[in-house]
Amino acid sequence: MAGTTLLDIKGVQTYYGNIRALNGVDVTVKEGEIVALIGANGAGKSTLMMTIFGAPRARTGTITFAGTDITQLPTHEIARMRIAQSPEGRRIFPRMTVMENLQMGASLDNLKHYDEDVEKVFTLFPRLKERIAQRGGTLSGGEQQMLSIGRALMARPKLLLLDEPSLGLAPLIVKQIFDAIRELNRTQGLTVFLVEQNAFGALKLATRGYVMVNGNVTMSGTGKELLANPEVRAAYLEGGHH
Amino acid sequence: MAVTVSPERDTVATPTQRALKEAFYAGAISLGLFVLFIGLKTGQNMRNELVVTTRWGLLAAVVIATAVGRFLYIAYGQPFMANQKITNVATGLLPASVASRFFQLPWFIAAVVAMVLLFALNNSLAGWVGAEPAGYLQFLRALAVIYVLACVIYYFRAFIHANFTKLGITALVLYPILVVAVLSLNAWSIAGGLQGSLKWVDNFGIQILIYVMLAWGLNIVVGLAGLLDLGYVAFYALGAYAYALLATHFGLSFWILLPAAGAMAALWGVLLGFPVLRLRGDYLAIVTLAFGEIIRLVLINWRDVTNGSAGISGIPKVSFFGLMSFNVSDPNYIAKVLGIAQSGAYYKIFLYYLILALCLLTAFVTIRLRRLPVGRAWEALREDEIACRSLGINTTTTKLTAFATGAMFGGFAGSFFAARQGFVSPESFVFLESAIILAIVVLGGMGSLVGIAVAAMVMIGGTEALRELDFLKQIFGPDFTPELYRMLLFGMAMVIVMLWKPRGFVGSREPTAFLKERRAVSGSFTKEGHG
Repeated sequence: MAGTTLLDIKGVQTYYGNIRALNGVDVTVKEGEIVALIGANGAGKSTLMMTIFGAPRARTGTITFAGTDITQLPTHEIARMRIAQSPEGRRIFPRMTVMENLQMGASLDNLKHYDEDVEKVFTLFPRLKERIAQRGGTLSGGEQQMLSIGRALMARPKLLLLDEPSLGLAPLIVKQIFDAIRELNRTQGLTVFLVEQNAFGALKLATRGYVMVNGNVTMSGTGKELLANPEVRAAYLEGGHH
Repeated sequence: MAVTVSPERDTVATPTQRALKEAFYAGAISLGLFVLFIGLKTGQNMRNELVVTTRWGLLAAVVIATAVGRFLYIAYGQPFMANQKITNVATGLLPASVASRFFQLPWFIAAVVAMVLLFALNNSLAGWVGAEPAGYLQFLRALAVIYVLACVIYYFRAFIHANFTKLGITALVLYPILVVAVLSLNAWSIAGGLQGSLKWVDNFGIQILIYVMLAWGLNIVVGLAGLLDLGYVAFYALGAYAYALLATHFGLSFWILLPAAGAMAALWGVLLGFPVLRLRGDYLAIVTLAFGEIIRLVLINWRDVTNGSAGISGIPKVSFFGLMSFNVSDPNYIAKVLGIAQSGAYYKIFLYYLILALCLLTAFVTIRLRRLPVGRAWEALREDEIACRSLGINTTTTKLTAFATGAMFGGFAGSFFAARQGFVSPESFVFLESAIILAIVVLGGMGSLVGIAVAAMVMIGGTEALRELDFLKQIFGPDFTPELYRMLLFGMAMVIVMLWKPRGFVGSREPTAFLKERRAVSGSFTKEGHG
């Protein structure tokens, strides 16, 4: 992978009160990559994702995005650097319609590319087009996840952060969503940083992967390497997932 | 209590049997509840001794009324409502059927005739039958009016539903004219009509519209941005005192002070906003509640400036854009300029249109803002603050603009209030006012302008209408003052609405985003909104 480094996380420690959730984490994401971060519940995956956005803020270490130190920037300023996020639990706006949710995603550019980008999202997720006037809260889990990703894409991100896009979804829907991510990466060269518990699917999708245990990155490598690694297999794959 | 439940018991019990049993239980419960509340009354006798008087008759009446009410509800009410639902499924026509039985043409004609007769012969009838039955006649007249109005609404319901906003605004614009016209006809003189219209335009029209405006202003903070504000009355007070002080001390005109008061309230909205930025929900509610109380206590205690609890009086009236005045002694008094008879009603009618214009301005701004990035951000903020931030929305400015905009309209309403009353004192800005405004917003349906306007009309108009129910004195005795029960009415209305329509009168939300093809529709919505 010859791409330049887009996101560089160095020695990041994050605390909740006095409890250390991240224990000096180093992660790099290069342009055009899909990077997966896998780990068990409570390993600190989502914390890392939120730390990138400055909520909670890293107590030590630096986070650099496209050459700019974003460690101390306010959350909305970080988003304006064109980092978009489909957060844990999707966090769509439940009382607003699908269209309005997408509109909110496009607020960075003040709807300049809105019509064009909406069509792109609908091509990627045709299901959303059928649900256009429906309130976000009435969508199924899979549709909400699509909406959450679609909303993030409306911001024309350089880096897309996805926090457990497969959470609570049927395998078929998970496949659809992973396919969409792969498609975005291949056709538009979108860089994706993905947090997953579904290690098998995530590592198959990813160019590179990191394994996180108790707030530490314990292993890294290409997706294939990690999939083949006996430790990873023992910890995350051989429980009869797939 | 050992009750053996046999399997056939349910099938055997007819509604009447069940109703008898339920009525017995209801009676027993109310007896238990009221035996001390109503059955016994303590008082003092001549020698200042505590004496207990018994009121068994009243207690019996209450218990029997409860039991009979329960019996009627179980025996007739419930089966009736159940039947309604059954027919509904069978014919698909039903929601109309009770109503169409109730609103029949012959009855409608009878009601119209009765209404007209009672209006026309009011004075002669009162002279003929005496004062006491005349009270009942007035009640009958009010019922006839309500029935006729309900009929008209029922028959034109489809049309009304389709054009609600336009019809509402037209009705509001025509209201003072209609009141003066009807009352002039009734009194057979225009002066009499103007005199009689004072009550209807001022107590009902202006009073309701002030609350509509306040509730619409608060709606921006609570309904759109989702920031629970229990101290909204503080901004109302700030606007009122800003006008009162600047007008009495510096003689500035209302038209300069209205925007000034709005700006001042908005500034305080921002000042309040800063410390509460991190708070949400209950915590925010407590802090805003405290803010409201602080403002009130400052108004009471800062006597040098605010004149304390005595308040500020002699606040100048609004002029007709500087062209005409409403002070009888002025050379440019409206009646002198236009060459018409003197009347206090001109000022009230002018104020009515002024507050109506302010209300429409509030609605217009709200509707427009909802379509702009800032308004969308408010709604998104209500839904999910974290998601908002990660979409690049600055939640700090979003919250502050919501507070400032809401506060500004509160300030406008406040300066209008001061100009209308000619007198302000801290008593007008107690927590209860905040609670009423918030209740109107919640009852109407958070975020819905139409629902909130209807709620304000029902709640404020309803409490004003209580003053009109003089005939109740004939039933409950001359000491009975119906307006003391307005909070009871408020509470009952809230319980009922929250049971039947938990999201308020209008619980649905008007979407603001459409695909390209549907933009035409959205354009017509915008137009409808501000008439």
